[in-house]
Amino acid sequence: MTNDVILQLVDISKSFGDTPALVDMNLSIRRNEFVTLLGPSGCGKTTTLRIIGGFEDADSGDLLFEGANINDLPAYKRKVNTVFQKYALFPHMNVFENIAFGLRIQKMDKKQIGKKVERMLRLVNLEGYGRRSVDSLSGGQQQRVAIARALVNEPQVLLLDEPLGALDLKLRKEMQLELKDMQQSLGITFVYVTHDQEEALTMSDTIVVMNNGVIQQIGTPEDVYNEPKNAFVADFIGESNILDGVMNEDFLVTFMGRKFKCVDQGFARDENVEVVIRPEDIRVVPANCGMLGGKVLSVTFKGVHYEMMIESKGITWMVHSTLMAGVGKEVGLDIHPNDIHIMKRGRTA
Amino acid sequence: MKQRWMAYPYIVWMILFIVVPLALVVFYSVTVQSGAGIRFTMENFRRCLDPIYIKVLIRSVVLALISTGVCLLLGYPVAWILSGKEYSKKKILYLLIVLPMWMNFLLRTYSWMTLLERNGVINFLLTRLHLPPLHILYTDGAVVLGMVYNFLPFMILPIYSVLSKLDGSMIEAAQDLGGDAFTVFRRIILPLSLPGVVSGITMVFMPAVTTFVISRLLGGGQFMLIGNLIEQQFLSSGDWGFGSALSVIMMLLILLSMGIMQRHEQESEGGVLW
Repeated sequence: MTNDVILQLVDISKSFGDTPALVDMNLSIRRNEFVTLLGPSGCGKTTTLRIIGGFEDADSGDLLFEGANINDLPAYKRKVNTVFQKYALFPHMNVFENIAFGLRIQKMDKKQIGKKVERMLRLVNLEGYGRRSVDSLSGGQQQRVAIARALVNEPQVLLLDEPLGALDLKLRKEMQLELKDMQQSLGITFVYVTHDQEEALTMSDTIVVMNNGVIQQIGTPEDVYNEPKNAFVADFIGESNILDGVMNEDFLVTFMGRKFKCVDQGFARDENVEVVIRPEDIRVVPANCGMLGGKVLSVTFKGVHYEMMIESKGITWMVHSTLMAGVGKEVGLDIHPNDIHIMKRGRTA
Repeated sequence: MKQRWMAYPYIVWMILFIVVPLALVVFYSVTVQSGAGIRFTMENFRRCLDPIYIKVLIRSVVLALISTGVCLLLGYPVAWILSGKEYSKKKILYLLIVLPMWMNFLLRTYSWMTLLERNGVINFLLTRLHLPPLHILYTDGAVVLGMVYNFLPFMILPIYSVLSKLDGSMIEAAQDLGGDAFTVFRRIILPLSLPGVVSGITMVFMPAVTTFVISRLLGGGQFMLIGNLIEQQFLSSGDWGFGSALSVIMMLLILLSMGIMQRHEQESEGGVLW
């Protein structure tokens, strides 16, 4: 597995003035992996990408590409290419020349450039657009040109900085699938930056959740969603009810003044913990039948499900259910032991 | 469109001080006053074709071109530094560029005379250092120097304004695609800053080709440049007809050069400047 590592960040730190942007970041990226750096704005995900791309120097730490240190290698010599957030297409060149830019620098012969560019245009569904000026393209088309311009150089690693941020929802969903397809068929490592958790879950092999310049969790989409390591990850990936609780003993936790069975263990006796419960994991049952009783405060129709705010003993729960209970109605809440996630306190950086 | 009346004051101003004088200049250039009254003539323009005057014209254009070139070579790097993020003393640099413009143009040019004089400050320092003195004053070199000194800000500022609006990610994208510093400059920065370069060239070339103060103070001679020639027709010889004809030719020349610049601009950039 270590042989397969193409890119490695070792103890990378970076600060802007007095503000730390990255703190001792360690990350290994494997060949052909789709890695997503996910986090709120200012979490250091873009800085990480810029350090890999060579547009920013780390204050300390090492960046290894196929085992070799590339700390001091300038951007133009790195075997990575970037798709920029706002595309950064060259306005004085047409679509063809934009895509051909990298190849022309390599002094490739004209015939071959023509062939490669045409193939790229086909790949991104823009056949026949070569002579068009980039200003005449829609946002989605510009995005495709930006991707083609980076991919035509056959980089080993493609860096993408929120590439779909400016597109509308429907187009974004289409492009997500297209990008994932491209990544798999071309066999290129993608390092993808986004703040959109759904996007991350849809596309990634591995998600790196970041906050305040610190990695919170690295794992598969299933891992970070089902087994969030701390309350921050739980809150950021999907929606969560987060409560204070006390871990009485293994498999037994107290919150809301009631003992619940759970599946976590290994905490100290009576340790204060955070209890995370996903809104869709709470079942609404008739009043007096549930573990907790509550009153419906509001109901919002969300398409697939209803989102209900249910008040119970002074705490408002967010509950997702396909069944609706009317506002003001007394209901019961049921939670399965599997769905109670216990997290140590104070792990959120 | 509702507020069209707001333009009226300026329209009146324009008619009074631009359209009417221009019409007068053209009128004077094609007429001659005699005892019998005013008569149409092309004599004034025929006189302009005299080799002496053609030489003055060529000399004016050449000196203006040299000055424009020097301004471009000096100004572009400065504009680049100003627009960049790295240099921390940008505000001071900017101030130094703009500061001379706060002083009177004549004063600045006179001060160059003092500096360049046979017994001026520069030669005083040179002789102190046991170096041979320079004889620059009243040469073409001094005129070019004066033009560059006075017009350099007009080159720097438009280029600076274009460069500072240049999207930094464009440069990063070019580097990302394998462009070294020179390639990035040649393929991206230079073409994208061309509108600034074109307006810089226009703003330096036009005053340079028509100046008469710089050439008279630093160049010494009476018929140095076309500007002096025109000035002389109006102030000393009183030949308004000939002076007007020269002015018209000058204006046509500038119009022509602007047209060429604009055409070039449209070909390479899609025309955004004017």
